Amino acid sequence: MPQMIEARGLTQTFHTGQGKKKRPVHAVAGIDLDVAEGEVVGFLGPNGAGKTTTLRMLVTLLRPTAGTATVAGFDTVKESVQVRRSIGYCSQVGSTFSGAYAGDEVVDHGMLYGMSRKDAIAHGQELFDRLQLEGMWRRMPKNMSGGQKRRLDIAMGLIHRPSLVFLDEPTTGLDPQARANLWDHIADLRSTQGMTVFLTTHYLDEADALADRIVIIDKGVIVASDTADNLKANVSGDLVDLEVSTDESVAVARERLGSISDSVEVDGHHVRARVARAGKVVPSLLRDLESSGVALDSIEVIRPSLDDVFLTLTGRSLRDADEAGGPSSDADAPEGEK
Amino acid sequence: MTTFLRETSIVFRRQIRMNLRQPAWVLIGVMQPVLYLVLFGPLLKPLVGQFGTSSDNAYTFLVPGLLVQLGMFGAFFAGFSLIGEWREGVIEAERVTPAARSALLVGRLSRDVLQLLVQALILVGLGYLMGLRGSVGGIVLGIVITLLVGGACAAASNALALTTKSEDVMAPVINVVMMPILLLSGILLPMTIGADWLQRISDFMPFRYIVDAVRDVFAGEFGASTVMWGTGWALVLFALAMWWGTSVFRKETA
Repeated sequence: MPQMIEARGLTQTFHTGQGKKKRPVHAVAGIDLDVAEGEVVGFLGPNGAGKTTTLRMLVTLLRPTAGTATVAGFDTVKESVQVRRSIGYCSQVGSTFSGAYAGDEVVDHGMLYGMSRKDAIAHGQELFDRLQLEGMWRRMPKNMSGGQKRRLDIAMGLIHRPSLVFLDEPTTGLDPQARANLWDHIADLRSTQGMTVFLTTHYLDEADALADRIVIIDKGVIVASDTADNLKANVSGDLVDLEVSTDESVAVARERLGSISDSVEVDGHHVRARVARAGKVVPSLLRDLESSGVALDSIEVIRPSLDDVFLTLTGRSLRDADEAGGPSSDADAPEGEK
Repeated sequence: MTTFLRETSIVFRRQIRMNLRQPAWVLIGVMQPVLYLVLFGPLLKPLVGQFGTSSDNAYTFLVPGLLVQLGMFGAFFAGFSLIGEWREGVIEAERVTPAARSALLVGRLSRDVLQLLVQALILVGLGYLMGLRGSVGGIVLGIVITLLVGGACAAASNALALTTKSEDVMAPVINVVMMPILLLSGILLPMTIGADWLQRISDFMPFRYIVDAVRDVFAGEFGASTVMWGTGWALVLFALAMWWGTSVFRKETA
């Protein structure tokens, strides 16, 4: 399958401070990245991990300090105009005048890509229908809800019919209902239009719900790249929680779980362990416990989250990393310009 | 070239549409020179004969200075709206289109220059009602020089805005730059009536030559050397500011 994005040793180093206190910050430290045509890739990482900086290099808004990248078959530095023609980009800060009519904004944006006014109006109205923005053509973004504004940004990014679209934190700041609605629209981009989608996010559930493949970046380095299922299966294992009624049963359950896992914990009458591919081993575990006379009060199998994956890969929880901001958070500012 | 003009006109149309939503700003922008005209002009009437300038009509003397002041002050504030655009993501969205970076700047400057033209016509029209008399060709040329100055200041303001991205930094910088220009360019009173040292300092102020040039063309003295110097400076400042503005619009972009 042809590659839509191919990056090799892509690097961005900013300098912070002045004079002798000037020091380099490696926002993106030589990453390799491949995205195939038609793929939906979630670029996951905490704030300051280097997501937006990577994306800005790929969409030609920032010149890499080292390494190369081709997007839609064009070099992002030497053939930046061709790259821009081929991609759509939805920034996390928006793209329209808050006091202009939404329809005018979309049409003007399309015309900057060389579309005729007639074509831009026709395709803009089609996008408005598809993105549930009916009746919003003469509405100003300042009078729209957060979800409507984000969908308008997506319409701006799609007006020139790109084959690849970059979405930077598409649902940040939206309420749960608006997020779910936007997810449907993003999923629709690939399923009905065969579009390649590259989205950055620090929401675990978003990457889990939307992406065929998840690329995890932390401190400017890619630490994992796989499907959500494989990442979870390979890194963490499933959590099996057995609840028994007697102390004797706790000992037996502990021993049986210990035979299939190295990490057994006991908490009162609960015996827990991380088990690889629990779906396959739990049935025989249950038979084993039953034949040993252990009566279970309850059993719970919890699939690992992407946060567990992140914790295993980096030693930190994704949520904690988000709150801490990370050492290069200032280098991953939305504008990416220092 | 056709593509450049097309892209410029798209940016211009988008900008002018926003301005037309708030036409009051055009009038608010011209208020300051109009107040000078109405309140300061009468004070000049008994004095203008002693200045030894090309015209002894107070308004033919004052309006050219006010035009240049309008060109500088009005256009220098153009960058503030650009910071707002940057904050809303408009600049970034335009920069990921294949449109030429220079078209993104020139489209905006065209709006600023058109706005300045409307204000200049209001000012000259009002000046005429109050007694301004001069060469029609000279008035047209004076306005053209004013538009060049305005274009230069707007380009510099846009470059400064995209460099600082902060109104808090822009405002004091503009103040620090504009005050000496205002005081040393002879906009309100000719520098020739000042002390020798003040005149020597003002010799280094390009805007002084521009003000003198606009005054002379208003008075119909097209052959004066001041016209050549003033027009030359206006062109040089315009070229430098355009170069700066375009390079800032291109900056950091692959």
